[in-house]
Amino acid sequence: MNLIRDEEQEQLARSVRDFVASSRPLERVRQLRDSRDALGFSRAVWKQMAELGWTGIGIPEEWGGSGLGFPELCIVLEEAGRKLMPEPMLSTLLLGAQSALLGGTPEQKRALLPRIVAGEAIVSLAYEERQSRYDLGSVETVARRSSSGVFLHGEKVHVLDAPAAETLVVSAREPAGITLFLVDAKTPGVEIVAERRIDSRSAALVRFNGVEVDQAAGLGPAGSGLELLRSVVDRATVGLCAEMLGAASQAFEDTVEYLKARRQFDAPIGSFQALQHRAARLLIELTLARAAVAAAAASVDEAPERLPRMASLAKARVSETFVHVANEAVQMHGGIGVTDEFHIGFYLKRARAAELTFGGAAWHRRRWAELAGY
Amino acid sequence: MSELEAFRESMRAFIAEHAPKSLYGTRRGRFEAYWGGRKAKPEADVKRWLDVARERGLTAPTWPREFGGGGLSGEHARIWDEELERLALPPPLVGVGLTMIGPTLLDYGTVEQQREHLPPIVRGEIRWAQGYSEPGAGSDLASLSTRAVRDGDFFVINGQKIWTTHADKSDFIFALVRTNPNVKKQLGITFILIDMETPGVSTRPIDLISGWSPFCQTFFEEVRVPAKNVVGPVDGGWTVAKALLNYERSMIGEAMSGDLADGESELVARARRALGTPRGPLPDEMLRQEIAQTAMDIECFALVIAGLQQAAQKGQKPGPESSTLKIVASELKQRRWELAVRVAGPEGLGWEGPNFDDRDLATTREWLRSRANTIEGGTSEIQLNIIAKQVLGLGTKA
Repeated sequence: MNLIRDEEQEQLARSVRDFVASSRPLERVRQLRDSRDALGFSRAVWKQMAELGWTGIGIPEEWGGSGLGFPELCIVLEEAGRKLMPEPMLSTLLLGAQSALLGGTPEQKRALLPRIVAGEAIVSLAYEERQSRYDLGSVETVARRSSSGVFLHGEKVHVLDAPAAETLVVSAREPAGITLFLVDAKTPGVEIVAERRIDSRSAALVRFNGVEVDQAAGLGPAGSGLELLRSVVDRATVGLCAEMLGAASQAFEDTVEYLKARRQFDAPIGSFQALQHRAARLLIELTLARAAVAAAAASVDEAPERLPRMASLAKARVSETFVHVANEAVQMHGGIGVTDEFHIGFYLKRARAAELTFGGAAWHRRRWAELAGY
Repeated sequence: MSELEAFRESMRAFIAEHAPKSLYGTRRGRFEAYWGGRKAKPEADVKRWLDVARERGLTAPTWPREFGGGGLSGEHARIWDEELERLALPPPLVGVGLTMIGPTLLDYGTVEQQREHLPPIVRGEIRWAQGYSEPGAGSDLASLSTRAVRDGDFFVINGQKIWTTHADKSDFIFALVRTNPNVKKQLGITFILIDMETPGVSTRPIDLISGWSPFCQTFFEEVRVPAKNVVGPVDGGWTVAKALLNYERSMIGEAMSGDLADGESELVARARRALGTPRGPLPDEMLRQEIAQTAMDIECFALVIAGLQQAAQKGQKPGPESSTLKIVASELKQRRWELAVRVAGPEGLGWEGPNFDDRDLATTREWLRSRANTIEGGTSEIQLNIIAKQVLGLGTKA
């Protein structure tokens, strides 16, 4: 598997980094939070990202995509993650687009993917329920088929970017097993209640009160949803890991700069060995995390049979690393680190939220052991 | 067929024709193979393997042909190693000569020194030891006090070195000696090559907590060493010493990644024996978590190494990750063996004798041996200093 970047990928990383910086994400995240913005991101910025071609990465050219692969998508996510970009990449490009890409019929792909690439359609995946706790097969939402259509009943939680979604992908149980359905968010009976979470990433509780969809709304055959969901969530997990790696790297670099600038006892605090060794430990952890993310990103296109293991490897490692980096970043900044006015606290909150999305370290270690047969 | 594929074919053919059948499947750790030297008495097949390999320059595949090397690129040398690994064949020769002093002489030695010392290394005739640490100079290596005083064409050396690995089995030692005590300590050190058969050199083994010990103390009493054996300038040995240390640390890291490769399967097998669970999920969830955690960090480390190798093949300079290898590898090794002892439970407490499983006894010794991994070759604390200062740019009080 290819673990290092080539010159074109470096070039992509640089241009995304410049754009991300110019869009002032940290200021926007704060402002969106304080104004209790209904969407939680900027449609204008999302449209600009589409014009730059980044919403088409990971989507084949026949559906309007750029033809670039998953490692490139992870580069965009890593750079966006550095500044906690609030735009709906995780929901739309990973959970949404990948559901359609891996499970959709040609008609469904044609209807959805080009609109995603154009920055027009926001798509959310509604799969978590109160009781499910990372178990993708724990689905109590039901789908009842009748001669006229399919009726969905149930409640989903933590549906990322649902307040802005045009289309929802919903997991529901029917006699054949779990199936994923495409649902227009405006269908009668869909009720979206925004959640306010610690990291300001937009999410919602979504109720399906006897929502009627067409028989053809299923992604793939009836009962094929669990396997599809696993593939989609594995890919999204790798993407989230790339985003977390970017955020952890930025928080670490900001902290190292602070250690050089802040003076106490007539010396930069970075001259004290107690802090030097802890900073060096963080670099070591980031080195391991970066290698795991690179391998997981490469496995999607190059070695899909290894993806489940690599996704769990990356998520376990990056979850621990990001939380550790964020805790240390706040501690090393001292008093200013715990003020809302200073930005480092946003990284602490994102670290926790990201750790508990798609399963934390212990959950993924357990999965790794299961996949290895112990 | 590409040139590299053709090379791989030629290596396969060479191995099929020449590798003794008795050695197939006997490859162990990266340094568990023939070390050579005047005192060695290799088995016939080991000697035969060495001789056929060195005739092709394959004991030192990347060294120049004029010194008995193979003149191969790093990429070709990897293929040779991969082919050995595939058949679990041991490398024909290993040791400090090939990994540390040889590369250092190629960078810093004179042509005469290269001609004198490299071919005997390649042929497995001379085994080398390292003389760096002293009882009073551990992490603060530059404070070393073994004295070398010029006397015509010779230096006369007095002092002692410690942690001289396998010095009792070695023929030559490369040592740091103080040639000028009146200047800043780094500026009065000289790097010198000493034949251990010279009168006045003696060694004594050191027992370790594991009961295994490759380590020795080496004493120098009025030892006369030709001045032509100085590598680099007199008083300019610190630069050579540091270059070799960098080499040593990345070698230690890479070598340990090989030692770690069977960590997961070995821990799981041990847990199955200890818990009486021949198959299926391990019934102890905490133990299972710990095994997975260690195995996953080992996998991450292997990926760091793989990334560095890919970068090297593309001619990219190693990034800051190379400075983390030694500390990560040594700590992972400790975690692995410590966990193995805990997995074994009270059966892991055996020291020797027929009441205990040989594998459990070996594990317990490995655990004790691994405690030295974070001390030798630069302690973890020294590695953290290096990362903080050289990679992160966190300076001293300014």
